[in-house]
Amino acid sequence: MNLHEYQAKQLFRQYGMPVPNGTVIQDKSQAGSAVRELAGSRWVVKAQVHAGGRGKAGGVELVDSADAATDAAGRMLGTRLVTYQTDEHGQPVHRVLIEETSDIDRELYLGAVIDRASQRVVIMASTEGGVEIEKVASETPEKIVQVVVHPMLGVMPYQARRLAFALGLTGDQVKQFAKLLTGLGRLFVDKDLSLVEVNPLVVTAKGDIICLDGKINVDDNAVYRHPDVGELRDQSQEDDRENRAKEWDLNYIALDGNIGCMVNGAGLAMATMDLVKLHGGEPANFLDVGGGATAERVAEAFKIIVSDENVKAILVNIFGGIVRCDLIAQGIVSAVQEVGLEIPVVVRLEGNNADKGAQILNESSFNVIAADSLTDAAKRVIAAAEGK
Amino acid sequence: MSVLVNRNTKVICQGFTGKQGTFHSEQSIAYGTKMAGGVTPGKGGTTHLDLPVFDTVEDAVRETGADASVIYVPAPFCKDSIVEAADAGVKLIVCITEGIPTLDMLQAKVYVDQTDSRLIGPNCPGIITPGECKIGIMPGDIHKPGKVGIVSRSGTLTYECVKQTTDPGYGQSTCIGIGGDPIPGTSFIDALELFQADPETEAIIMVGEIGGTAEEEAAEFIQGNVTKPVVSYIAGVSAPKGKRMGHAGAIIAGGKGTAAEKYAALEKAGVHTVKSPADIGRGVAEATGW
Repeated sequence: MNLHEYQAKQLFRQYGMPVPNGTVIQDKSQAGSAVRELAGSRWVVKAQVHAGGRGKAGGVELVDSADAATDAAGRMLGTRLVTYQTDEHGQPVHRVLIEETSDIDRELYLGAVIDRASQRVVIMASTEGGVEIEKVASETPEKIVQVVVHPMLGVMPYQARRLAFALGLTGDQVKQFAKLLTGLGRLFVDKDLSLVEVNPLVVTAKGDIICLDGKINVDDNAVYRHPDVGELRDQSQEDDRENRAKEWDLNYIALDGNIGCMVNGAGLAMATMDLVKLHGGEPANFLDVGGGATAERVAEAFKIIVSDENVKAILVNIFGGIVRCDLIAQGIVSAVQEVGLEIPVVVRLEGNNADKGAQILNESSFNVIAADSLTDAAKRVIAAAEGK
Repeated sequence: MSVLVNRNTKVICQGFTGKQGTFHSEQSIAYGTKMAGGVTPGKGGTTHLDLPVFDTVEDAVRETGADASVIYVPAPFCKDSIVEAADAGVKLIVCITEGIPTLDMLQAKVYVDQTDSRLIGPNCPGIITPGECKIGIMPGDIHKPGKVGIVSRSGTLTYECVKQTTDPGYGQSTCIGIGGDPIPGTSFIDALELFQADPETEAIIMVGEIGGTAEEEAAEFIQGNVTKPVVSYIAGVSAPKGKRMGHAGAIIAGGKGTAAEKYAALEKAGVHTVKSPADIGRGVAEATGW
């Protein structure tokens, strides 16, 4: 689960990580009073969307008056922001964050992730803040300094000092940074995060350290034990169909092609998409119906797949496992009937009672084609999508 | 021979009396697995499926001499169950449950690694030595005792490999599902090492997927340590960047963990790769000359 910048900064503040003073507004009429309550003579207006690259896309504006802030907020609110990290439709802007600005001396990078290779939380820092850190990582990896956090110890003070010195911080800044990093370490564990990014972390002209931006991903598997974090979820930033699928315990990801896929198991679902592509087709989605492929859930999965109007044919690939294939076949037939599917459905059933399952499909009066192998299924569905 | 489990493996089930524990224990018993009992706190002293139920794993191990445990308890309690099994000296802990918080697994893994126990999973189908011992949720009847060792991050894709090695008659020595989570108890390298040392395993299938660098690490290990033919398929060639494909681990982040990178590393290590999931069995024939 992703958080907005303003939500991340609220958490930062709770954990002693300094952030600029700011106000979140949902209507441009609130911009004037927001600015008047903040200090300084220049402010920044930032669109709150679940995507990076806002600056270049017009989602961040510097303003020097209440009127300018109102105008900027008006330009952003109610629109969809398209950045290099979004699709062509962009993400809706329902809130903007208005913040005080400060004179920036240096821009640094600070991030923490769960690193699968070391099986630890790894904290990374770099003097090359403000730019795309992936670029720094691939072009000049020596400019990223890392510390590995032991799960039983948490962030050790020496690790904070090590990063601080590597970032060229001196005097009181080292202490400030150590406090910030300890807070970040506690925040990561307390709220079950999977990623935190502060880019940039700035050193101001006065020598203070401030988190100028903030990005947080929360481990979806752990949201259940943090109701406060769960409330921060913004469904408007997520795909409607993906959300509907979640309600039915279906795992759905929308893609660009025209062949709908319904598969049991995440690995097999990816493999099925690969197979479609390998034979010249384009998958319209990833969809894992999971272990319990009941008629009800299969029907719901069909509804979600066909709500994408690009879909011209559907490939169902089920490895029956412990569930009997004839039961699945009956489920598919009744689901096709219930949904009133008009586009062709190619079904490949394997495992327990696969023959009986194929028989049920072939004898049904619907546009359901039983395939006898994986490759056969892929070729048939591609042909069906092309109207052959 | 086989790896990790065989006809003598004595298995207990944590979460025995729950719906999942009951159903899959029945299936395992029917397959011939030596199920010795189970653990459900508060139900110790009763029987379930004609087997004894214990309050703690320690009791179960002491009374039954079990050397393996399979965990079906809900995700919020799995860290506790894994550590309890390790503390009770269970040699092989197989955690089927999906959806365990990653930070729980970080701690559980650190803990288990300090003991003599091995953890398989979580979020996996389990492990099976065909004809001898089935621990987990895989359908037993598609398997056949034989000579191919299978290791995979994905459940149903493992079944696909099983079918493609059962149909031509090769059969499987042991199949290990290491699971789709970012922090697996057993890695590809662990499994490859076991298969390389097992005289009954003549060829190895390794099924990977996008995300992380486990396949690249495995490739490096294969180059220096595995002399048996290895066939590999990587799922997720068609997956877009930044989208999590079901498994917590299956995501291409920051341009890393793509199928292309993994294939390149495996091919460099002399692994026989196949680009279609339908060609895994044929890949084995080509790699071995069978």
